[in-house]
Formats: sequence, structure tokens, C-alpha cells
Amino acid sequence: MTSNSPSEKRLEELREQAWKDGVVPGKGVDVAGGPIPRQPGYYSQPVVKPPVWTWEIPLYFFVGGLGGMSAVIASAALSFHHLNLARAALWLAAAGAFLSPILLIMDLGRPRLFINMLRVFKPQSAMSMGVWILVLFSTCAVPGLIALELLALHLFTGTMDQLLNIAAGILTFGSAFFGTLLATYTGVLIGATAIPAWFLHRVFLPIHFGTAGLGSAAALLELLGHRIAALNALGYYAAAVESALLIWLSIDKHGVADRAIHEHGSGWLIRIGEILTGPLALVLRLFGQVPFAAISFLVGALVSRFGWIAVGKVSGSDPESVFAAERL
Amino acid sequence: MIGEGIQSTNQRKHSYVNDHVEVGFFTDPSVCIGCKACEVACKEWNQVPDDGFNWSGNSYDNTGHLGASTWRHVMFLEQDRRKGNQITGPMGLPNPIPHSEIQNPQSDMSAVALAEAEDPFRWVFLSDVCKHCEEAGCLEACPTGSIVRTEVGSVLVQNDVCNGCGYCVVSCPFGVIDRRPEPLHDAGGAFKCTFCYDRQKSGLVPACAKVCPTESIVFGRLDDLRARGAERVQQLQQGGYSDAQLYDPTETSVRGIHAFFLILGEPEAYGLPPKPQVPTIYLKSAWISAFATAIASVIAALLAFAFFS
Repeated sequence: MTSNSPSEKRLEELREQAWKDGVVPGKGVDVAGGPIPRQPGYYSQPVVKPPVWTWEIPLYFFVGGLGGMSAVIASAALSFHHLNLARAALWLAAAGAFLSPILLIMDLGRPRLFINMLRVFKPQSAMSMGVWILVLFSTCAVPGLIALELLALHLFTGTMDQLLNIAAGILTFGSAFFGTLLATYTGVLIGATAIPAWFLHRVFLPIHFGTAGLGSAAALLELLGHRIAALNALGYYAAAVESALLIWLSIDKHGVADRAIHEHGSGWLIRIGEILTGPLALVLRLFGQVPFAAISFLVGALVSRFGWIAVGKVSGSDPESVFAAERL
Repeated sequence: MIGEGIQSTNQRKHSYVNDHVEVGFFTDPSVCIGCKACEVACKEWNQVPDDGFNWSGNSYDNTGHLGASTWRHVMFLEQDRRKGNQITGPMGLPNPIPHSEIQNPQSDMSAVALAEAEDPFRWVFLSDVCKHCEEAGCLEACPTGSIVRTEVGSVLVQNDVCNGCGYCVVSCPFGVIDRRPEPLHDAGGAFKCTFCYDRQKSGLVPACAKVCPTESIVFGRLDDLRARGAERVQQLQQGGYSDAQLYDPTETSVRGIHAFFLILGEPEAYGLPPKPQVPTIYLKSAWISAFATAIASVIAALLAFAFFS
């Protein structure tokens, strides 16, 4: 502090006065940057703990969403006798079923104890439900894919072929059932926490994650060469829903409580993601640029997942957001 | 309580674990001297690793906040506010304001002049700890069953079961539990106060309460402590601490905490959430949204293939 600063001058005045009068009335010097906190909270320390999750988790949200919703496309394709598309979609589902546990285990603090996840079945824990959804999804998707591939090879005839057909159908529909939950539960997972920016959007998040999963699955299948009208229609549906969600997100503001989304840089990841999956994908599709629309959607869906985790870290570290959310 | 000597609940042996009696901590900042003996005793008994010698510049608090390797944390609050009937005012000794003038508002010195002359300051110490909630967010969230409720009503993390998924970290409305980072001992698992469950099983008092020299931390039966807390608030308010209150959120979904506090002023100043909620209350709306999205996606896929193929 330099000697000509205002507080230093005030101190000089006080010393002068004390020397002359023997007493100093009035307030002394306000110590700027001193230990008295000027902001609500305890020295700006976080009230809740920000998430400890790293890149594996948002990537898992993307992979799991894509894989889960691929199974939905697979069963719809199977219902309408697009066997090749159903196979391709179930390959994506099985790839998701393979990659998701790897990513989840990599993120664990003690990966070797991952099996402890299967000790309990806990409906009140979204994480526990997610683990079981993933287990059941994998148990359906991988054998379902094997059955479909065997069916496509025409190895068997007669009763065996029929049995295989039935098994492939049941397993594909099973994987679609658990796939929809796999794509949407992740929104519940982060929506039911103490992080203000997350729990204030607990209705938004499952819609966004599920729809982004469906759009990503359709987009990736299109990029793999399955350019059919049904997938294009699904692309339109997902982009339209994401556009609506972008509008909802920009209207549904909660001030300080979710300022991490609207005022902090990491909120831009969410908005960029929403623009790529929503309006941009929609416009590109309207102009017939299907591959670009597909790429735009996939990139947007990935960026937005990273955005939501980044925003959670900012929001969880912000004590004022926690207080504001509790006053809402 | 102070003055009870070895008869104090902080000192005598007990059998709460065998008798399945709900126990608690009552932490009272009005008698805390900020010695941090509780922090040290906790670290020593539980062999909690050091988590860095960082200089915070925040009063005498270089601990910061509760975490995986900090299970007791003494807060140092410096506030420009009056503490009880504390006499504040000009520091010059030769001509002080007579005590009677402060007591008597009808005196010559007007209230305005007194307020202008005031330079109130108070230093409050509060030893923060895991709250051991009635409805604990971490316990509900734990997908491995590592976090359990003990016979004495405390919330305990079983270190050998925890696989470090990190879900409890974002589920605690008080920001208590955290995952211990590398390269510390036992890294990767989630840690928090154990309520010295090992000591309690042997009839001993938790280490922090045992060492507390002023019995600012009191350990005992939860019902006794709640009565004692209410009594202490009344006592302090009569003594001029008009902003003394109990911090025990029984009205919210947390439904009360087993380690509760007496605080002077608002909870926000202590970094305590004014209305903490257990995150499971958000599950219903989130799952409804998830199911609706799942159904909508299936219908969209079926319609797309029905009409466009």
C-alpha cells in the first residue's frame, strides 16, 4: 500500500486528531481486502462441493445416449423389416454397451472396486439405477446383436431359425427399453444433486440428454451410409426438440442461482451445443445438407454434455448460487 | 458441560452404541476460543493425511473448508458487528463514553451520534463438522452401499467398500464429503467425519469433543443436546446476543441434523446453507421427465419408420 492511498491519508488524520484532542471519534479505516468478508458466505468458500468427475463422464453421457437410442432405432427398424439398418443400429448399441462401462470404471477413484456397484439395488440413488440399467441394456444388446447377425447369415433353417428370430426380436426390444432409460437417466443423475445449475434444470436435462441421444444415433447411422427418409425424419424431430430446448433454456433463467449457465464462459459450451444440435442442424437438413446436419448434431451433442459438467463445477463452487437457489 | 468435570458427557464412558441411543454434537461458538485442538485431535486419532499447508489470508483460518482430509474445521469469522452487549466506540481512553450513557438511551448522547461513533467488531469461532443428517444426501446417493447409518444414528462411510464414484460429493447439501485425491494415503475413496465410530464402540467420546478445552463441542445424547442447545440460546439472548439461534434445519427435507450448531447471525456467514434440501426430493420430477422423453423417443422412432419407409 502506498503512503498516498486514501486509507493511509485517513490514518494520518486520525493520528493528528489523537495527538491534539486525545480522543478519536468516528470510524477508523476500512481495511480493503482485510479479513472481513464483503460477499455473502464464508470467505467465498464453496457451500456445496463441485463434482469431481473428469472427461470420462460427459463422454459416457454421449456414448451411452447414442448407444441407448440406437437400440430404439434398431427395434423400430426391425418392426418395419429394415434388417440391415437394424443390424447397424444394434452394432452401435453394442459398441455403446462396451464403451460405457470402460469410461465409467476409468472415472472411479478405485476402479478395481467397480463390482461393488452391484452389491445393492437402490431406487433412491440415480447412480445405482443407472448401473442396473446399463447392465440390463448390455445383457440385451450384445446377445441381441449376435442373434441378429446369425439370422442375417442364414445359417439355420426351420424351427432353429424361428427361435433365433424370436430371440433377436425380444433382445432387440429389451435393449430398446433399457436403451431409452440409459439415454435419459443421466439427466436424472445430475438433476437430483445439490448443484444449483443442475437441480434447477432437472426437468430439462433428461429431455435434452434423451433427445440428443436419439438425434446422435440417427445422425451416426446416416453418416454410416443409411440415408433413408425415416432417419432424416428422426433427425428433424431431434433438431426441432433441441431448438425448443434452446429457447426454453434462454427463457428459464433463475438469476444468481443458475448464473453459471447464463453468465459464465462454460455456459457457452451448452449454448453452442444447443445451437449445433438445434437450429443449425435443422437449417442444414432443410437445405438437404444431411451429412453436415448429422455432423453438426453429433458435435453439438458432445459439446453440450461437456458443457453441463463444466457448468456444474462452476455452479458448485459458487456459494452465492447455492444461497440464491434456496431462496427461490 | 463446563464445571461438571469428569461427570461431563464429554469425559465419561458410555454405551450408546450397545444401547442404540441417538447421539449428536452440539457446537457452541460463544465459548469457542479458536484453538483448533479439535482439528488436531481428529487428524491424529483418525490418521487423516495433511492436505497442504496453504496460507489463506482469511483471518487465522488456513484450513479453508471441510473435505476428504479435513473432518473438523474451525471457522474464524471477522464481522463488523456487535457481539452481545459488547461496548464499542472510539478507542481514545481519556474521554470514554460513560457506561450509563450506553445503557440509557435518554442520555445526552443521541443514538445517531453513538451509531456514528461505533466501530463494532466481533470475532466468532465455530468448529464445523459433518452434520450427520436425519435424511442424508450422501447416504441416499451411494450406489455401493458403502455409506450406512450406524446404531447411534450417525452416517458412516465404509472405506473398504467405497469405489470412489463421486456421487455422494455432489449429493451432500453441506459440501462435507469429498473424494481424496492422489497422492494421499487411501486416495480415490470418499471420506468425511466418522463420528469416531471406532471410539464410540469402545465407549469413548469422539476425539474432538474429548479434547475441546471449553466444551464448545459437546457430545451426548441427541435429545439432551437439543434441550441444552435451546436453553443456551435463551441464555445468550438474555445476555444481549440477540442474533443467537440454533442451526438445525428440521423444517426442510433434511429433517434435522445430528451435529447441530448454535450460531450468531445468519447461517450464510458460516457458509451454511439456510434451507438445505436432500437431493432425493428432485428425483420425482426428473424421473417423470426421463420417462416422458423415453416414451416420446419410442413413439417418434415408430412414427418415423411407419410414415417414411
